[in-house]
Amino acid sequence: MMANRIVNNPDYVVEDMLRGFVKAHPDLVAATENPRVLKYAGETAEGKVGIVTGGGSGHKPAFIGYIGKNMCDAVAVGEIFSSPTAKAFEDAFMAADQGSGVACLYGNYAGDNMNVKMAVRKVRAKGITVKTVVANDDCASAKKDEREKRRGVAGEVLMWKVGGAKAAMGASLDEVIAAAQKAIDNTRSVGIGTAPCTIPAVGHPNFEIKEGTMEVGIGHHGEPGVSVESLVTADEMAQKMLDLILPDLPFAAGDEVVVLLSGLGATPVMEQYIVFSKVADILADHGIRLYRSYVGNYFTSLEMMGVTLTVMKLDDELKECIDYPADSMGLRQF
Amino acid sequence: MVLSAKYGKEIADGLIQTIQLNKDYLSEIDGKIGDGDHGINMNKGFTMCRERLEGQSPSVSEAFAIISQTLMEDIGGSMGPLYGVLFEGMSMASEGREAIAAEDFAQMLSAAVEGVMEIGSAQVGDKTLLDTLVPAKDAFADSLAAGHGFDECLSAMKEAASAGWRSTENMVAKIGRASRLGERSRGVLDAGATSCYLLLTALADSILPLLT
Repeated sequence: MMANRIVNNPDYVVEDMLRGFVKAHPDLVAATENPRVLKYAGETAEGKVGIVTGGGSGHKPAFIGYIGKNMCDAVAVGEIFSSPTAKAFEDAFMAADQGSGVACLYGNYAGDNMNVKMAVRKVRAKGITVKTVVANDDCASAKKDEREKRRGVAGEVLMWKVGGAKAAMGASLDEVIAAAQKAIDNTRSVGIGTAPCTIPAVGHPNFEIKEGTMEVGIGHHGEPGVSVESLVTADEMAQKMLDLILPDLPFAAGDEVVVLLSGLGATPVMEQYIVFSKVADILADHGIRLYRSYVGNYFTSLEMMGVTLTVMKLDDELKECIDYPADSMGLRQF
Repeated sequence: MVLSAKYGKEIADGLIQTIQLNKDYLSEIDGKIGDGDHGINMNKGFTMCRERLEGQSPSVSEAFAIISQTLMEDIGGSMGPLYGVLFEGMSMASEGREAIAAEDFAQMLSAAVEGVMEIGSAQVGDKTLLDTLVPAKDAFADSLAAGHGFDECLSAMKEAASAGWRSTENMVAKIGRASRLGERSRGVLDAGATSCYLLLTALADSILPLLT
């Protein structure tokens, strides 16, 4: 059994967590008939394009923490690290649709791809149009010429922010999709893991990070990265991540960027700020202007230790979307 | 030799039982290059199938439809949709039949393969359940074409399923989460290919004594 976890029945952690989440945030989220679908509890403008996402559980605040005003309208919830069912995506589309179509903005994982595909087909028969953007911001997960194989990670938060804002501004489904696609196309992420995590029902970690080492490029479920190395200082970690991120887009002097530095679950926020400080310095050295920063636990992996660094290059449209007010549990700005 | 369509419950019970019995084994295999939750999720789904089948006497086609629907609606992940369409194919290809002949069963296997290939993007050799399913389907069809009876075709299918399953040990995963491991995925059996082997074997073993 896992050491010191706070659960009731490890097989029902998702159900138990959802109950708590709805009780804690009744102003933001509401339960639906499908126990694996939550929707925005507030009022949305008539005819607004619906924003839906979904994914496995264990990534709090993702995914349900981004349900809110000018963010996501409905979210499909899966088991820990496992895609939601096609039925959950289907019901989320139904909950979010207001007649103007739904933008499904999700991450590039085999299970999610299949379930979304089936759900899109199901609701099409009911006359609901769903278009998708598949996030693939993790530049350590496949080579640059194989971008279609890359995973989606914390860059998804910025994709939802942009897509949610665009929809709230009254844009059409095609405009929302184009903006969200632009957001992810201009976003690159890299993670570093320093200790593994354990799925409660499994009871032991399913991958290993040895004491004194770190995995550069690790994925949100412990997927192997580009290298296993001896642990280095926070400053050196910042350098290693940016060494992978900056040449990939590439980012250049004069660019304006949003930086999102997220903990993976067990890394103190204090340490995240230590890494961030160096990230900001290195960007400044490159002549890259920090337009807005987010530091904290935005997209986690249970109790994994480590951080992900996400950088998004901005243009005027993306800036307007990033600056737009948002009110969700995971991201709140006015 | 035919299988009466009335045996839906018996066929489903065989499938449910094999997953429940091998729950820990499936998770253990999955844990080597995956999340380690394959057995947990499959067991959850098939146990729900048992609940839905309780007190019912479905036809073979109806039983597969119930399994398909339950997996698609309740399991999620990759296995929910993949096994969902697999059993959906088998259900649709046997719909309305009062007795299932070897020719019908060959079509059911073909429909299962088509369903999986349409929803996923894997090919044979990618280290997935297709490496069990496709050779099993082919062996059944070849045995049938050679003029063998339903029972011999099922035995040929079992053998091919086993060989196909074992062949995944030496493969490098090209799709799904294990593909991120590249060469590190070699030397380990694929979890989906394993559950597919168990299911096909259970299917054959349930059908064999019921053939008339």
